[in-house]
Amino acid sequence: MLKNYLKLSLKILGRRKFFTFVSLFGIGFTLLVLTLAAAMLDHIFSSYPPETRGERTLVIDNVRMQGKDSMSTGPGGYALFDRYMRGIPQVERLSILSQPETVISYWKGARLKSLIKRTDADFFRILDFEFVEGGPFGEADVGDGRFVAVINETTRAKFFGGAPAVGQAIEVDGQTFKVVGVVPDVPIFRLMATGDIYVPVTTAKTDDYKTRLRGGFHALFLLRDKEAVEGVQQEFKARLGKVELPPQFDRIYAVPETFFASFARLFIGDFEAEDAGGRMMAILLTAAALFMILPAVNLVNLNVSRALERASEIGVRRAFGASARDLLLQFLFENVVISVVGGVLALASSAIVLALFNASDLIPYAHFSLNWRIAAWGFAFALAFGVISGVWPAWRLSRLTPIQALAGGVK
Amino acid sequence: MIRLDNVEKVYRTDRIETVALSGVNLDIEEGEFVSVMGPSGCGKSTLMHLMGLLDAPSKGTISLGGAVVTDASDQALARLRNQSIGFVFQSFHLIPDLSVLDNVEIPLLYRKVGAGERRKAAEAALERVGLSARQHHFPSQLSGGQQQRVAIARAIVGKPRVLLADEPTGNLDSQMGDEILSILQDLNTREKTTLVMVTHDPRQAEKTARTIRMFDGRRVN
Repeated sequence: MLKNYLKLSLKILGRRKFFTFVSLFGIGFTLLVLTLAAAMLDHIFSSYPPETRGERTLVIDNVRMQGKDSMSTGPGGYALFDRYMRGIPQVERLSILSQPETVISYWKGARLKSLIKRTDADFFRILDFEFVEGGPFGEADVGDGRFVAVINETTRAKFFGGAPAVGQAIEVDGQTFKVVGVVPDVPIFRLMATGDIYVPVTTAKTDDYKTRLRGGFHALFLLRDKEAVEGVQQEFKARLGKVELPPQFDRIYAVPETFFASFARLFIGDFEAEDAGGRMMAILLTAAALFMILPAVNLVNLNVSRALERASEIGVRRAFGASARDLLLQFLFENVVISVVGGVLALASSAIVLALFNASDLIPYAHFSLNWRIAAWGFAFALAFGVISGVWPAWRLSRLTPIQALAGGVK
Repeated sequence: MIRLDNVEKVYRTDRIETVALSGVNLDIEEGEFVSVMGPSGCGKSTLMHLMGLLDAPSKGTISLGGAVVTDASDQALARLRNQSIGFVFQSFHLIPDLSVLDNVEIPLLYRKVGAGERRKAAEAALERVGLSARQHHFPSQLSGGQQQRVAIARAIVGKPRVLLADEPTGNLDSQMGDEILSILQDLNTREKTTLVMVTHDPRQAEKTARTIRMFDGRRVN
């Protein structure tokens, strides 16, 4: 029976070409936007080098200290993580990394801007950089405050024209570093991993970062096991209770969480939200549903008017034994088929749009692409769209009595 | 086979009430070939719709094969129509986007019949009406007479006990009309299918076992 319906669906697509074009354009454009959004979100949050251990990596992006008359929210301080958060059970590694900072280099007559990140050896053990030259700096480099640097490919090109960089010196913000490794560019929205130049935190120009509880640093926790999240969060919370706060503050709040949940917390603007990731997901899905509603309503009207042509067919099917439920399923199926065709067109156009976007370099180092996950989301959107836009016309048509239908009447 | 007891059908709108049938009693035996005649608007089509369970009476009862079916659910009526009744309409009502074979298969889609078995039954029905060579054509490629033969094939593919034909030759010339009537007679004679046919043509009515005459919503004979 489904094969019969499929054949009929495809025949109907070819029958009234203008209506089909309008339907497919509406569906295709709606799904194109949703697919592009899914591709971008996937690129930002899914497992992507060097963030390939996302399921057992937690981040501390921001910290809030609160007192009776004061509040301070922003990145944590080096001292908070170094003094209080080392040695948490179930944490395999802890890396403390600075916020990326823009620095200037004067190189061969040119003024070059770069993002510098000051961090430690565990940074390269938690994140999975694929070195194209050399390797990371190690514990000894950090411990001795050696002026070594890992740079990205764009920085290599800027400084050395693409020639091998390991062993060469670069001058950055008045400091000179020796290049020990080169890594691929990391998209700018991968906040923890992105940077043009990575250097040991111990090369900072002053040592006062070591004493501050708030300001300028994030933390990355690599867990032994992804099941350990709750236990680590509880231990972290317990340790926060022992932090010696400045006199104007009596409370400190922070949560080690996934990259997505950390971004969600920022996005929803509720710093102490219980399940920021879940709320963000609900917001995104609601936005997707709302975005689909207007074109779906238009398609409903189009479907109902197209159905007028098929009153005779409905009458015949009812006369020969189709129940109202059979007709409902048939018309819903046909609408889903049309939506899936629109979805396939949307996927194809997404690939083109993403390629153009990548070539434009609007977002530094971004490389959007389609994968099976995006295709699955695209299919899910198409299915949802087909059901939303098809259920009312299908229900309406299935309610026609055989006599009404055979008389060609749809009231 | 089909029995109507004191059946009445009234159509009501906001302002008007139309009595389409009033106090109709009718008994059609299994294997009979019966015609229904009367002037336009006398209730012939309404009578066919009620006999075919396409509509419900306002009063009275309808029985099919000895069982009262008047109060059956939509699902149950659909099943009864599928298993027991075949329809042939004046306007053919073939689905233009489906081939002849796919059109004939339609009643079998609503039974638990596999695709292979459906296909074989449809081919046999088309053979019965002499249109095997046209099974992959589309309705628009056929003459009126051929389309009506396809409609008959569709009506008989499920081997119904009753065939209801509402002016099956109304849109055809006399030669094609005779061909169609000949097929219907053959079905009645060879397969003992119970046939009820609405017609305006007295020549066609004479070829049936008996004629039910309607006037102003009442049976007059």
